[in-house]
Amino acid sequence: MTVHSFQEHFDKLIDNEVTIEPKDWMPDDYRKTLIRQISQHAHSEVVGMLPEGNWITRAPSLRRKAVLLAKIQDEAGHGLYLYSAAETLGVSRDDLYDQLHSGKAKYSSIFNYPTLTWADMGAIGWLVDGAAIMNQVPLCRTSYGPYARAMVRVCKEESFHQRQGFEIMLTLSNGTEVQKKMAQDSFNRWWWPSLMMFGPPDADSPHTAQSVRWRIKRLTNDELRQKFIDVTVEQAKVLGLDMPDKDIKWNEERGHYDFGAINWDEFYNVVKGNGPCNKQRLETRKKAWEEGKWVRDAAMAHAEKRKTRMNKAAQAA
Amino acid sequence: MNSNPNSEFQIPNSTLELLDFTLRLADDAVIMGHRLGEWCGHGPVLEQDIALTNTALDHLGRARSLYQYAADQVNRLPVDEKKKLFTSVAFQNLVSSGASVDEDDLACLRDCWDFRNVLLVEQPNNDWAYTIARSFFYDAFNYFFFTELVKSKNETLSSIAEKSLKEVTYHLRWSSEWVVRLGDGTDESHARILTAINDLWMYTGELFTMNETDKVMFQQGIAPDLDQIKTSWLASVRSVFSEATLTIPTGTWMQHGGKEGTHSEHLGYILADMQFMQRAYPEMEW
Repeated sequence: MTVHSFQEHFDKLIDNEVTIEPKDWMPDDYRKTLIRQISQHAHSEVVGMLPEGNWITRAPSLRRKAVLLAKIQDEAGHGLYLYSAAETLGVSRDDLYDQLHSGKAKYSSIFNYPTLTWADMGAIGWLVDGAAIMNQVPLCRTSYGPYARAMVRVCKEESFHQRQGFEIMLTLSNGTEVQKKMAQDSFNRWWWPSLMMFGPPDADSPHTAQSVRWRIKRLTNDELRQKFIDVTVEQAKVLGLDMPDKDIKWNEERGHYDFGAINWDEFYNVVKGNGPCNKQRLETRKKAWEEGKWVRDAAMAHAEKRKTRMNKAAQAA
Repeated sequence: MNSNPNSEFQIPNSTLELLDFTLRLADDAVIMGHRLGEWCGHGPVLEQDIALTNTALDHLGRARSLYQYAADQVNRLPVDEKKKLFTSVAFQNLVSSGASVDEDDLACLRDCWDFRNVLLVEQPNNDWAYTIARSFFYDAFNYFFFTELVKSKNETLSSIAEKSLKEVTYHLRWSSEWVVRLGDGTDESHARILTAINDLWMYTGELFTMNETDKVMFQQGIAPDLDQIKTSWLASVRSVFSEATLTIPTGTWMQHGGKEGTHSEHLGYILADMQFMQRAYPEMEW
């Protein structure tokens, strides 16, 4: 086949909704786009462990501590499946870490915001995982097979996380005045950054059109954002919390909620590294990786020694 | 529970000893779980981050079962007796209000001097080598201890032991493998695990001292003889160390005090973290 006919075959698979598998031919840009997207997602899971990890030692009850630990452990697991999915595209986990640590690769900007109170554990589950699910459910049908399959498992667990976050918020809003205040404060801080999680408006999103064509992306940033707002406004009513956006208003004609202006200047600044915790998060990841080097080296050295000993024993036998 | 000043009810000493014993096991587990939980998100490789969190969850789960059992024991006591149990003002206030005590009250309203965990588990994580050495000493103890505790005449403790034994068997395998990897890995890992073992060795003696509580529990067939456990523990440590090209430290001086509430400086900081929410926002549902 010529490159041209490879491309035709690939396009046909995409158009017929047949998944692309690691050994299939794929355009270089498709591969690059996937590596970028999957690794960003994997990095987000791993960096995302940090803001919640802050509260493991301070969780208000033993039950909450256990649930939080289990949740963060799930995130580490998601990081693993996603790095593995990325590896099927011919890139190693170590290379991807290098890209994260050098600042070349991005992760979800939401994790550059601080977790200041216990209510933030609720808000992150409810809003951040809620937004993540909106983004991720369509990815269960994404065109690249290993990614789509990883996402099926990720989404199941994320939906559990979203419910437990909502449940933390519900407990707080049914609690004392102080607890309600804690919940509202947290909602106010996490609402706008959650909306930014869907990425820039479609008009300013450089990758959207091509990704939709390749069926890597199924819905645009703005479509997903609107869907999230519509659902979350109703959930906030159940919690009895005030919307942090005074312009939220039901639009009969559109069949959607209208909402106020998002501060994209803040978004681009946080992406650029100017968020409240960018430096801290990245330094923490780098430190863990660097301080773990001697441990990984020891494990490799020991495995080598064992192999040599076993080979010698086999030869002697 | 309502107090009855004219009650004829006398607490048999063994009840308090059972409570002391139950709390010690719970405190060991919660503090160890706390320390391992501190690693979450900071492990040397993602797979081991997951393994540590798993283990932390096992310890925490065991702590909860034990605290629930301890709370049950506390709640059976008359108020006057409850008040004598623990010193913190927060605990005194709770008991005086007539409220019953739950697992979180026991974990979060007692001060250091009422904690009964052994000194070993509160030692800081430092690096991967210290964390592994601390886990290995504790896991090996747990393995032989819970193997015996399954036979306890106390049904609750016996069933907790049975569930825990499956978990600690895995913990011991995991930490033994790491001791071997580090001991028989690189020069650096060998030096680091050696330092950790030497530094932590003096905290292992306390695992086996038979204090008054241990003696009563043993006499009643509730808990095993710790001397016997020590023999099995030492044999297991020797065998793993030998594979890891490590030797048992020569120091024989052992630190004590945790079981009686005299702790290292580290515990205060752990409790400051762990108890912060319950202290700043008391008597709320979370």
